[in-house]
Amino acid sequence: MIRKITLSALAALAIAAGGGAHAAGGAGHVEDYDFSFEGPFGIYDQMQLQRGLQVYTEICSACHGLQYVPFRTLGDSGGPDLPDDQVRAYAEFYEVFDAEIDDFRVALPTDHFPESGLENAPDLSLMAKKRAGFHGPYGLGISQLFRGMGGAEYITSLLVGYTGEEKEEAGAVLYENEAFSGGYLSMGPPLWGDDVEYEDGTEATIEQQAQDVSAFLMWTAEPKMNARKEAGFIAVLFLTILSVLLYLTNKRIWAPLKKGKGTSPAE
Amino acid sequence: MAGIPHDHYEPNSKGEKWLHRRLPVVGLLYDTLMIPTPKNLNWMWIWGIVLTFCLAMQIVTGIALAMHYTPHVDMAFASVEHIMRNVNGGHMLRYLHMNGGSLFFIAVYAHIFRGLYYGSYKEPREVTWIIGILIFVLMMGTAFMGYVLPWGQMSFWGATVITGLFGAIPLVGDAILTWLQGGPAVDNATLNRFFSLHYLLPFLIVGLVVVHIWAFHTTGNNNPTGVEVRRTSKEDAEKDTVPFWPYFVIKDLFALAVILAIFFAIVGFMPNYLGHPDNYIEANPLVTPTHIVPEWYFLPFYAILRAFTGDVWVVIIANWVTGGIVDAKFFGVIAMFGAIIVMALAPWLDTSSVRSGKYRPMFKWWFWLLVADFFFLMWLGAMPAEEPYASLSLIASAYWFGYFLVILPLLGVIEKPLPQPETIEADFEAHKAKANGGTGAAEATPAE
Repeated sequence: MIRKITLSALAALAIAAGGGAHAAGGAGHVEDYDFSFEGPFGIYDQMQLQRGLQVYTEICSACHGLQYVPFRTLGDSGGPDLPDDQVRAYAEFYEVFDAEIDDFRVALPTDHFPESGLENAPDLSLMAKKRAGFHGPYGLGISQLFRGMGGAEYITSLLVGYTGEEKEEAGAVLYENEAFSGGYLSMGPPLWGDDVEYEDGTEATIEQQAQDVSAFLMWTAEPKMNARKEAGFIAVLFLTILSVLLYLTNKRIWAPLKKGKGTSPAE
Repeated sequence: MAGIPHDHYEPNSKGEKWLHRRLPVVGLLYDTLMIPTPKNLNWMWIWGIVLTFCLAMQIVTGIALAMHYTPHVDMAFASVEHIMRNVNGGHMLRYLHMNGGSLFFIAVYAHIFRGLYYGSYKEPREVTWIIGILIFVLMMGTAFMGYVLPWGQMSFWGATVITGLFGAIPLVGDAILTWLQGGPAVDNATLNRFFSLHYLLPFLIVGLVVVHIWAFHTTGNNNPTGVEVRRTSKEDAEKDTVPFWPYFVIKDLFALAVILAIFFAIVGFMPNYLGHPDNYIEANPLVTPTHIVPEWYFLPFYAILRAFTGDVWVVIIANWVTGGIVDAKFFGVIAMFGAIIVMALAPWLDTSSVRSGKYRPMFKWWFWLLVADFFFLMWLGAMPAEEPYASLSLIASAYWFGYFLVILPLLGVIEKPLPQPETIEADFEAHKAKANGGTGAAEATPAE
């Protein structure tokens, strides 16, 4: 009977998932890249987040902001985990508007990244969560559990998906991209290979940079993922132990009623 | 707790006696906890405890979230991100609350279908059933308004579509719509009142839950056989029942622990699984999402809402009869609320004298078809409004109404029920004999 309940619960989930996946829609092709943070035990790769931060800083940040991300979180464990002095130094690259002094000043670690500088460049803080299906690049059902939610895959696919074709529409140049659902988008190819020089010596191919910045944007969207998975694991572990204990207790309590001839509870 | 004869609380110590004379609260708790419960309850009777837990969890996490949330169109979205990033444990609180809503609805649907199968709505439990449906309606309202609070794209457009339904009411629709939204469109006033009501309604639900429990503690629980507990004497009653504590408390807690293990796996490993990615885009009144889809638990009713388009003959007739007052949009709204109202009327629509579906050979098939229909509608609700989904939605909606309005009344007349066990004790002993390997159960054991 327990199995029946579990199955019906799963059926409900699967059906719900089917609905969401369809609604997410999108005709673009998303490649299933592997990321360190996939699966129930997958966590962020600190070095990759630092490389991704570098790509964001040197390329993306020219147009795109990260308005929900405070600089200080760059020092959080489970994130890029930069040392305090580096976080402070990093923040000093930026100027923020301070309403109190009614002027711009050098950013402090407690400030947030700036908003997007360009009108039509979306903020990237939550991009990995708002793009692509939540159900992994392919398939339905509980694949998200094993493959992650697909946002990082989408961003990588988009960044490497330029075909080189361009067209002009209403005075604006549009660039063809295999991953973009409309086929053409207004952002030109941002990566050409060797756009940044990685400090750890990793070769800065287009794909490498795209994956690194996607991982970084997954972190900006879900900065507490490592802590969340840990909490989930501990909760599941203890609840499983509790279930076993309660199962045995329940069996023991009911045993006198379920065995033998006794018809009323032992009192 | 009238009905089943059983021992009542007797204060022993001096302190207990002192309190009991002034406020019999310990007695109330004792009688509630020790209530005689049919001993043959199966695993479908666990959802009540899951629901109670959900309500408590949603209130506790919700109160904590409300301390950090800002109900203002310019700040709501950012304040949710603030909770996710800066509040200690905020991401867990928020994901627990968000997925807690889904667990709540999984449990309530299981609970409702349990009631429908075992005839828990029938005499004398009609009041329990009606209150249950009221709780369900309040839950839907609470969940809907809660989904608006993060002020994402789906929040905003969902609110626009659903409040817009009231605009379909003839004559007074526009006025009601403006009154609901607090202005000409979904805006800051709407967000504010939804926050206020989202905080209030759960406490009304708590009140109704107390009445719900009070009602079925008065009539006694239903059970898988639908046969009533013997009330002839205390001894007879004790053969049919066991006290709630510890027998069902431990059993329910075991089931709850298993369900929570699955729940925490979802919260921990894929918390956005049941959500819509568009809700991580801040609400923008100028950009309409390609598909506006409600949360999964509303999909069956959403499908019924959309099923009745202008070219359906019942809609055309209704339109003609009422001289154009009932148009397709209003008809859809009536159908959606009607789908819940027919459920509430089940005690009077079901004419069968047999309570439990176990002993109703024809009913069983129609019931499982209704369950399938429910999931089918859920799937259809997520599909775009085009063929073949529109026609399929119409057929599935027709069955939903047909089940309650035609099949339930007819079955009671034409169906020949199977023999039911004499007593709950007989049923319990028969199960025991089967479980212990014996085949020669003396009592009549209806086939399952």
